[in-house]
Amino acid sequence: MSTRSRHWQWLLVIPTAAPLLTPFANRIEPTLFGVPFFFWYQFACALLAMVVITVVYLATREDRP
Amino acid sequence: MTDRDVEVGVFLILMAGVVLLGFGAARWRRPADPYHLEEWSVGGRAFGNWTIWFLLGGSMYSAYTFIAVPALTYGVGAIGWFAVPFAIVTTPLTFIFTTRAWSVARRHGFLTHSEFAAARFGSPGLGALVAVTGILATIPYVAVQLISLQAVLRTVGFGGEWPLLAAVSLVSICTFRSGLRAPALLSVVKDVLLAWMLITAALMVAMYGGWSSAFRGASARFAATPNPADGLLLPETGHLGFITLVAGSALAIFAYPHALVGMLAAKDRDTVRRNAAALPVYCMALGLMAMLGIFALSRGVTPADGDLNTVVPRLIHEYFPSWSAGVAYAALSIAALIPAAVMSIAAANAFTRSLYRTYLRPDATASSEAWVSRWVSLIVKFGAAALILAVDPAFSVDLQLIGGVLILQTIPAVFLGLLTAWFHRAALIAGLVSGLVTGLIMLWDIPKVDATGRVVAEHFGGSSWSIGDGRSVYVGVVALAVNLVVTVAVTLLVRAAGIRYGDDTTRPDDYQADAGDPYLKRLDELIDGLPTGGPGSSPHRASPAALPTQAARAEPAHRYRQGTRLPTQAPHP
Repeated sequence: MSTRSRHWQWLLVIPTAAPLLTPFANRIEPTLFGVPFFFWYQFACALLAMVVITVVYLATREDRP
Repeated sequence: MTDRDVEVGVFLILMAGVVLLGFGAARWRRPADPYHLEEWSVGGRAFGNWTIWFLLGGSMYSAYTFIAVPALTYGVGAIGWFAVPFAIVTTPLTFIFTTRAWSVARRHGFLTHSEFAAARFGSPGLGALVAVTGILATIPYVAVQLISLQAVLRTVGFGGEWPLLAAVSLVSICTFRSGLRAPALLSVVKDVLLAWMLITAALMVAMYGGWSSAFRGASARFAATPNPADGLLLPETGHLGFITLVAGSALAIFAYPHALVGMLAAKDRDTVRRNAAALPVYCMALGLMAMLGIFALSRGVTPADGDLNTVVPRLIHEYFPSWSAGVAYAALSIAALIPAAVMSIAAANAFTRSLYRTYLRPDATASSEAWVSRWVSLIVKFGAAALILAVDPAFSVDLQLIGGVLILQTIPAVFLGLLTAWFHRAALIAGLVSGLVTGLIMLWDIPKVDATGRVVAEHFGGSSWSIGDGRSVYVGVVALAVNLVVTVAVTLLVRAAGIRYGDDTTRPDDYQADAGDPYLKRLDELIDGLPTGGPGSSPHRASPAALPTQAARAEPAHRYRQGTRLPTQAPHP
């Protein structure tokens, strides 16, 4: 694997760390559709994970030996 | 016809359809040689994007998850929500680590973590230890699936032992016949039914005032309990326990044998990687399920006999229209049977490859391996059923908890091993054993406390180890830390003493190997002993033009299985 695609893989640190930021997420407001922030924040993290992984996948895809 | 009849009727019709489909699965993309372990246990490593996605959802998001997680949010609120971040964290890790695992397993023909550990660190003993840990952790995991199934069956009106045994027998026969193809096909059905159930649930919540009233109601109920740890938010002292639980559970997923089986069935690297990107969809489904626990609490649903695991079945029974309830029960039942099947396949493979072939019958052929795995998978399932019928079911839940801590101790060998071979085999064994001992001692030390704070049992009362002033930490992570310290320290000692390392039979480019590379195809031929070029052979097989030389074919196939005698100068792009 080339150095370029290794650099792209560092992006994956974001969706790995984001769900663990509970001191930041531990609040009721702002609510979304009546769901407290603590709960909907994780839904946002799941979306973020999908986006970031897709980006990394697309960026490293042509990188075949 | 009463509501009850409709509910039971829909449930029975769906389950009958599922059994027929499970039997038919053996014919689905029927391989040239169905008696080969690779075909039976990982579907010939030929599943595409959709199949893998459904299969992973089916095997990792089990009925136990869908029943136990809402039970937790119902019981304690925010802390029970840990399952959702834990599921999300696994997806980027899957993208990196499982892709590497897939490649090395593909090139060496591995079916289990234990085989990988043995080859990577040149130690069959380490492999056997990993296999035994995996099997011990998996059996109670199968048992808790069956407990969830029993909870659903009881709510439908089929109490007692016989309905459970009947369900286990049917799924055992399906698995025995069809191997991984049965759960793969059934996962699609399960997800359709589950999607139906989630839509019904979402409409139900909307009809009863929406999420804001659900959360407000739950908040009031949490405020009325004496327990300071429950509520819609984590208590100030709760963060460490929550984060270690998330991290520990996420790592454990990469050590459980069943999580690997699904991924190994993928046909190429890109299938694994694309799936990692699509898996968070399941995390959202799990999140929705978890919030149903909050809804149930706000509506005042009461569990049967104080067993929190009945909260979801009771919620369905009380609030769903009767035919939708039938669909939901079927979804939950299938969601229990699929993981039970995949887990038993995984445990059976670990036994066959790392114990049976390594120590008992080194000259086992591919078909005798498949035969052994089939029977062991039966033993695992009925062993789990016996565990909950003969012994107190609560005991299985404790064992599952212990299993999670145990399996985490194989992380240095099977997860970090994907990145580095720096650890010495003796150090890994020493670390694994000290991690297991630490974990067991800590779990033994935790008393079981009921809702009012009274101690009801002296030992094995949970996996949160109190460290004073209300703070706690997940036992598995502490044991893993001890394990890592011992592993690193012993490795440094061994290096200083200049003791020889085990032979690492994997090569750096093994971790990047993909389907279709010429070296891999050639190896396929060697491993499978060939010829597979006939009609009906799987598409990933090489064309007859790529047949190996006569000399290579004359070698006994099993000698290449462990990867120990791979031709090191083989052509490679």
